Amino acid sequence: MNRPIVDARGLHKHFGALHVLKGVDLRVAERELVFVIGPSGSGKSTLLRCLNRLEEPSSGSVVVDGIDMLDPRTDINHARQRIGMVFQSFNLYPHMTALGNVTLALRKVAGKSRASADALGKAALERVGLADRAGHTPGQLSGGQQQRVAIARSIALEPRVMLFDEPTSALDPELVGSVLEVMRSLRESGMTMIVVSHEMGFARNAADRVVFMDEGSIVEQGPPAAIFEHPAHERTRSFIGQIQQH
Amino acid sequence: MRGNLDRFVDTFFNATVMLKYLPDILSGVVVTIELALFIVVTGIAAGLALALLRSLGIRPLNWLIIGIVDLFRSLPPLVVIVLIYFGLPSVDLSPSGFVSTWLSLALVLMAFSEEIFWAGITSVAKGQWEAARSTGLSFGQTLMNVVLPQAFRLTIPPLTNRTIAITKGTALGTVVAVTEILGQASSAMSNSYNPSPLMMGAAAYVVLFFPVVVAARWVETKFAWKR
Amino acid sequence: MIQTFFNPEIIAASWPIVMAGLRNTVLLSLLVVPLGLIGGLILALLASVKNPALRWPLMAWVDFFRAFPPLVLLILLFAGLPFAGLELGGFVCVAVAFFLNTGAYYGEILRAGIDSVPAGQVEAARSTGLSRLQAMAYVVLPQAVRNVLPDLLSNTLEVVKLTSLGSVVAVPELLYQARQAQSITYNPTPIVVAAIVYFLMLWPVVRLLSRLENRAFAGR
Repeated sequence: MNRPIVDARGLHKHFGALHVLKGVDLRVAERELVFVIGPSGSGKSTLLRCLNRLEEPSSGSVVVDGIDMLDPRTDINHARQRIGMVFQSFNLYPHMTALGNVTLALRKVAGKSRASADALGKAALERVGLADRAGHTPGQLSGGQQQRVAIARSIALEPRVMLFDEPTSALDPELVGSVLEVMRSLRESGMTMIVVSHEMGFARNAADRVVFMDEGSIVEQGPPAAIFEHPAHERTRSFIGQIQQH
Repeated sequence: MRGNLDRFVDTFFNATVMLKYLPDILSGVVVTIELALFIVVTGIAAGLALALLRSLGIRPLNWLIIGIVDLFRSLPPLVVIVLIYFGLPSVDLSPSGFVSTWLSLALVLMAFSEEIFWAGITSVAKGQWEAARSTGLSFGQTLMNVVLPQAFRLTIPPLTNRTIAITKGTALGTVVAVTEILGQASSAMSNSYNPSPLMMGAAAYVVLFFPVVVAARWVETKFAWKR
Repeated sequence: MIQTFFNPEIIAASWPIVMAGLRNTVLLSLLVVPLGLIGGLILALLASVKNPALRWPLMAWVDFFRAFPPLVLLILLFAGLPFAGLELGGFVCVAVAFFLNTGAYYGEILRAGIDSVPAGQVEAARSTGLSRLQAMAYVVLPQAVRNVLPDLLSNTLEVVKLTSLGSVVAVPELLYQARQAQSITYNPTPIVVAAIVYFLMLWPVVRLLSRLENRAFAGR
């Protein structure tokens, strides 16, 4: 792998006595889609949140697109614009319209005028198929639409990497498809993506690499076919067995 | 520097003056406590009574209750006190400052507590009434055994806060010559040309009310689960 | 009875005096409500830092002013400070006392409002590059204020009523003016007029509040 766009090394994270990440290394190449799977409490979400420093790693290093995320001299707010993040619970701002949600950081962090922020925001909503919902507030949108607005909020900032933290877990089954569709089109446009999710079907046909985590460590990783059909470790096997029963 | 501090202590915390007026302040404390207890007991009892009357659902009576409640929520307590103290003598009723303050603040507390109790009663779901009545409980039994116990839990945090705020208003009595803490402290200050009694009075309020506020905070967290 | 409490001649005679008081009450409210809100915002923002070293002092500060009668605070500033060589005048004393007293109440309300906004909101905002302060200003505070609007309104009503304390330190607001008129005319009519003015001014707010409060309880 020549110069990875995400390069995390030796990440440890303690929450009090709890050791959540136990020396995780993760390198992601440009345009790669990495899928992170594992039982709940395995540290997947914490790993993701350490990459944009929503969580402060206890030790280790994180370099994204050549920027040392943990260097205190790094302008973290500027750096975070290059790393989009999509949350399980959407976290849309309920007091703003869909367009307001998408344009807030464009105006306040990227310093765009209202007119140009609105144009960029509308384009981002267009990409997630919600151009006609720009004036709606989150309360007037379905869960799937809300999550797509949240994706638009991230991609409007033209990030170099997108992090997805269980983006479909809070959705009714019939709404999952629309969100996965948007993620697939993002992937086709060449976006680098790190996805924490239980959508194994999506992982199988869209991921370049699957990473299995358990108890704060990466147990094994490889192409989806290898991990799903021929897991090398017992723990991976039993986890995949459990998931597929459902 | 040292001289300044000495002068400050001598002015605001003068031991001789404090000792001399301590009995006055203490008698003020007794009056404040009496006044506060009278207000709390009568005000809350009257508020609860009005809320219960309102739950009977008699239209003209409810309008009257809402009118009274709105009146005493709108008027500043000091205005009510002044009105009763200076107004009633004109019709040959001359309530003392103590009675005026008690009556005024009790009316204000009545209004606020009625509103809080009523909100609590209406918050208990209709299904609770229906379930209780379907088992043969009377209106009164349902109210006492099913509705009020649930309503009280909701009302306690806002009621304690409001009660503290209104009870602090006993200090307003000083305007109509009640010899409560502030009244005693003020007259002691003008007699001694020294602010030490006022500092003592201020300290007395803190000693009296601070534990109540801390207890209220505790009550608030204890009853917060329902929210 | 009518001659005593609603004496038309006295109403006519005291009208300009009482109206001047009303004007001052409105002006005073326009000063002390923003002052209290600023004080409250400072307290709530400090509390939102969640620094354990700040937690207890802040709580003690707020509880102190919840325990301390505002009139005592006012008298302390008005009659006590001159002994330290500082004469502030009634108006400034009212402003300072309200900043401290009502600031504590507003602070408690705004703090509860900020706490009511889910942590995910800040995370989402920070993940798009907003600074801590920007996230507070554009994402958290608007939601916080909306969540506690009835409480803010209710406290504002209390603050406006509390401006009547100004009468004790000779600030010529509504109650003070009415009492002046009363002592000139030897008749309680001006005070009754003042009470009616207060009622007419604040009754709509009380109505609105009791509707909001009932809705809040019912929705729980």
